[in-house]
Amino acid sequence: MESKNRTIISVVGKDAVGIIAKVCTYLSEHKANVLDISQTILDGFFTMMMIVDTSSADQSFGDIQKGLADIGKDIGVDVRCQKEEIFEMMHRI
Amino acid sequence: MINILEVEETNRMVSDENLDVRTITIGISLFDCMDSNLDKLNENIYNKITTVAKDLVATGEKIEKEFGIPIVHKRISVTPIAMIGAAACHSPKDYVSIAKTLDKAAKKVGVNFLGGYSAIVSKGMTTQDRYLIESIPEALSSTEFVCSSINVGSTKTGINMDAVRLLGQVVKDTALATKDEESIGCAKLVVFCNAPDDNPFMAGAFHGVSEADAIINVGVSGPGVVKTALSQVRGESFEVLCETIKKTAFKITRVGQAVAKEASRMLHIPFGIIDLSLAPTPAIGDSVADILEEIGLEKAGAPGTTAALALLNDQVKKGGIMASSYVGGLSGAFIPVSEDQGMIDSVEAGALTIEKLEAMTCVCSVGLDMIAIPGDTKATTISGIIADEMAIGMVNQKTTAVRLIPVIGKGTGDTVQFGGLLGYAPIMPVNQFDCQDFVNRKGRIPAPIHSFKN
Repeated sequence: MESKNRTIISVVGKDAVGIIAKVCTYLSEHKANVLDISQTILDGFFTMMMIVDTSSADQSFGDIQKGLADIGKDIGVDVRCQKEEIFEMMHRI
Repeated sequence: MINILEVEETNRMVSDENLDVRTITIGISLFDCMDSNLDKLNENIYNKITTVAKDLVATGEKIEKEFGIPIVHKRISVTPIAMIGAAACHSPKDYVSIAKTLDKAAKKVGVNFLGGYSAIVSKGMTTQDRYLIESIPEALSSTEFVCSSINVGSTKTGINMDAVRLLGQVVKDTALATKDEESIGCAKLVVFCNAPDDNPFMAGAFHGVSEADAIINVGVSGPGVVKTALSQVRGESFEVLCETIKKTAFKITRVGQAVAKEASRMLHIPFGIIDLSLAPTPAIGDSVADILEEIGLEKAGAPGTTAALALLNDQVKKGGIMASSYVGGLSGAFIPVSEDQGMIDSVEAGALTIEKLEAMTCVCSVGLDMIAIPGDTKATTISGIIADEMAIGMVNQKTTAVRLIPVIGKGTGDTVQFGGLLGYAPIMPVNQFDCQDFVNRKGRIPAPIHSFKN
C-alpha cells in the first residue's frame, strides 16, 4: 500500500511568520518529499496539514517526529507527525 | 486523499475527548508449560510469558507515537491457571506460588495487569479448581498485578451454586486480606457467567482453551467522543441519535483495528479480536453516564436509563461490527461505578441504586462492576447478589459479571478511594433482607429452557 510510507504532518497554533518555511526546510534537509499542503483557519487557529513521503528520508520516523516537534516548540505551535494509515482507517470505509 | 478537517477531527478526539485505545492484551497459552513438578511449572510459566510478551510494552509505545493515539494499557492474559496447575498443585498454597510467578513475569515485561488466575467451574469444580478459588484471597493480597476471574455459570450448563456460595466467602476474605488498602483485592476479582475466551479487559481477561498459542486482542474506548458527537444532535429524533452513535462507534473501532493490525505485524502474533466496549475512566468527560445524560436523562438511574443504555449498546455494536474484521470479548458499554465520574455523581445524588444497576446489566455488558458495598455485608448476601447477576446472564445468553468490593471498616455513605483508573466510590447500600437459606442449598441451578421465550 502506498500510504504505508506517507506521513501526515499537522500544525496547529497561532499564525506566525515562517511556519511553513521552517517545516519545509527541515523536511528537505532530511530528504522527505512533500506531496500536498493545505491550510486554513479553524476556530481562530492557524491549521496546516502536509502529506509527506518519508520513504527515502535519512532519519527514522521517530527522529523526524522529534525534530519537527522541537521546531514547533520554538515557534510556539503544535506540530504532529502521524502515519497516514490511521486517518485512512478512521475516515474511509 | 485525507483532508485537513479529517485530520483535525481525529486529533481533537484524542486531545479533547479522551479517545484512546484502552488496552492491547496478548493472550498466551500456558498449556505447554504444564508439569507435575511445581518448581519446573513455575519456571516454564515465567520463561514463556517473559519471552512471548517481551516486546509488548515497547511495541505499544511505538504504535502510540506513529499513530498519535494513546494506548493506555499493555496487558497479558493467560490460560486459566486452575488447569495449568492441576498436576502440580496439591494445596491452595501451591497455587499462590503460581500467582507470585505470574506477578514476577508481569513486572519483568512491564505490564500493569495480568489476567488468568482463573477457573472455569460453570458446571462442577475439580479439587484443583477449589484449591485455586480458596487461594484467591492470599494470591491477590500477596501480588500486585495478578487478576482473577471465575466462571460460575453459563446458558448451556446453568449456575454452579456451590461455587457461588464459595465465592461469596472468597470475596469477603479477599476484602479482609487487603483491608489496609481499602479492600482493593476485590477490584481484581471477577465472577462471571458466560465468560468469553478472548476478553482483553481486566480484571476478567483470560486466554481461553479454544485459543491459539498467542493472540493479540484490543479493547477500544471513547465515551467522550460519543458524548461530544451527541451534543451536536440534541433534540433530534431517535433515528438521528442512533445514526450518530453508529458513525462515531465506527470511527473509534477503526482506530482499534489499525492498532491491533499494527501490533500483530510488529510482534509477529496473530490478531484475535477487537472488543467494542465503551470503557469509561474517572477522567472528566470519559463517562458512559454522561452519554446517558446527553441522550436525555437528568441523571443515570432515572426512569428511561435501561432503554437509553440498550439503545446505546446496540448502536455501538452496529457501528463497530463493520469497522473490524473480528469482533469479540465483552463488546458492550461498561458501567463500572467507581471508574465513571458520571456514575459516581448519580450514586451520590441518589439517582442510582444497585437494583437499577442490575436492571441495566440486562441490556449491556458487563455486570455489577466496581461497586463498593458496606464491609459488614454477609458472605451469603454477596453470594445472593452474584447468583442474581449470573441468572441474568444465563437466561439472556449474555456475559454478566460481578465485581463487588465490600470495604472493610466502611458503611453506607462513606467514600472509598482506590486511586488511578480504579477511581473512587461512594459505598452503596445493600438490601438487608436475608438469603442464606437459598444460598446454602447444595448443587446447581439447571440450565434454562431455550424455547418459549417470554
